[in-house]
Amino acid sequence: MTTTTTYADALLALARADERIVVMTAENRAPIRSLPAALGDRFLDTGITEQTMVGMAAGLALRARIPVVHALATFLTMRAFEFIRTDVGIPALPVKLVGTVPGILSEANGPTHQALEDVALMRGIPNMRVFCPADVGDLLAGLAAVIHDPAPWYIRYCDRPAVTAHAPLEIGTAEVFGATEEDDVALVVAGALFRETWDAAALLRDEGLRVRIVNLRTVKPVDTAAILDAARCALAVVTIEDHFEIGGVWSIVAELIARASISTQTMSISCGDRWFTPALLPDALGSAGFTAEAIAARVRTELATLTSF
Amino acid sequence: MKQAERTALESFAHRVRRHVIGMSGGGGCFLGASLSCTDLITYLYRRFLRFDPARPTDPARDIMLLSKGHDVPALYGAFVELGMLDVARLGNHLSPFDHIYWHPNRAIPGIEFHSGSLGHCLSVAMGIAYDVRLRGDDNRVVVLLGDGELNEGSVWEALLVASAYKLDNLVVVVDRNGFQANVMTEDLIPLEPLDAKFEAFGCAATTVDGHDFDDLDRGFGRIPITAGRPSVVIAKTIRGKGVAQLEGRADRWFCRFSDVEVSALLDELEGGAETQIEAEALVVR
Repeated sequence: MTTTTTYADALLALARADERIVVMTAENRAPIRSLPAALGDRFLDTGITEQTMVGMAAGLALRARIPVVHALATFLTMRAFEFIRTDVGIPALPVKLVGTVPGILSEANGPTHQALEDVALMRGIPNMRVFCPADVGDLLAGLAAVIHDPAPWYIRYCDRPAVTAHAPLEIGTAEVFGATEEDDVALVVAGALFRETWDAAALLRDEGLRVRIVNLRTVKPVDTAAILDAARCALAVVTIEDHFEIGGVWSIVAELIARASISTQTMSISCGDRWFTPALLPDALGSAGFTAEAIAARVRTELATLTSF
Repeated sequence: MKQAERTALESFAHRVRRHVIGMSGGGGCFLGASLSCTDLITYLYRRFLRFDPARPTDPARDIMLLSKGHDVPALYGAFVELGMLDVARLGNHLSPFDHIYWHPNRAIPGIEFHSGSLGHCLSVAMGIAYDVRLRGDDNRVVVLLGDGELNEGSVWEALLVASAYKLDNLVVVVDRNGFQANVMTEDLIPLEPLDAKFEAFGCAATTVDGHDFDDLDRGFGRIPITAGRPSVVIAKTIRGKGVAQLEGRADRWFCRFSDVEVSALLDELEGGAETQIEAEALVVR
């Protein structure tokens, strides 16, 4: 377990220990406010220029630097998409792309700020790897491994308070909670809805159901074994993500299950094919159907359908 | 510049043009843009860049990025003449068994970064220039842009940042041949007054004749042009320079010539009669 408590502290500690690290931002300083003074010239704010920032990061990486770049997830992954794909993805440069306030964490900003396709876009780039931490503890548990990995990475930033402790990240290995040989349901989650998933599982267990949680952590590379084991051992696999249904966790799970020719019941809890109603987080979670109670209710209904045959 | 130096540069550029024209056979190449910057590339590698062809990854080298990637035949021709690339490999142009295709890529020694999508390499060059400064080194970073490429907003966005960070180890070179892909720049998206635009974005700009080595000497003689500012050298050039049939023509951008036409063009380059070209005039890509 790491002893630092904030992302900025953890990143600073890594940067102090490794001269190669350069912290960059397209004037999105919220998660790294303390770093300019601490890092001096190794902190580089390019202004509101996502494309230029990513291009410069590629140039720095060509010179054996490890750029850790920050911007709002929508603008980073979409405004600069071609720079990421072409200048970072093709040469597989070790640029670390940190997309802030992704998905539901954009709260009341509205659809312009709702990165609900970022996982689909980033995982579609060859060489790119994707880390979707569940909460700040998960983020800090994975940060060092992701930064020191020689590949390009997209980090779907999440600093929500942790509901459970996380072991240090092993890239490509999921965290599995509460697994048995015969689960009623497996909840496969990546990112900010881990908290609601955790609480939904508790509600369902209170009703006597056997519930497994699979926190994917890295969705590329993804823990194929953990997903297929869940598909084999549970009556139903439910994916939970603050992302469009297309291209994210549900797609990943469906692809793996299809490839393995496993027949099982699956259900997606996601944003579907819609932007969510902008609001502060509790209300946004509510209207999107992402509260623990709503998730538990959807799972209960799904299981009832299954067992009625 | 001494006459012997000038003659050597002209001779080098002439040989590069022969390689470029040779690559316009078979599947063809972006001939017009390659010939417009042949003298520029010759000048940069033979006279400006601190670059040892025997040590293309020397940490002390100046770094050159070709942002307008489809003129890579001129760069490969120069690499052959610098002894960095086996001339036989130019015969592999577009072969799936080599890496000599329409845009530059790092599988070829001496290519610092791939390009093809316009408006990328300036910011990549800036990242390199920023690292050079972090290390306290004095490498210069040169990026060659096309004038059509200046349509891309990412170029101007990057210039704002380059100026803000006073990257005076950065040299932007514009191959100002006056053409976009298929039309003249001033007929589509006018760029003039171009030097004033660069100056307004915080750069120090100068304009030279991109086919006159003495004038290139003047333009590149003092870099940075102004301390604390990125330098911009606008090189006025002629698309298709060197062959009358190709010069200054909108429809000679991408060319695919027959073996007979290639031979005739090479003959014309040596002072022979004007080539009769029957190839399709305009191949839009």
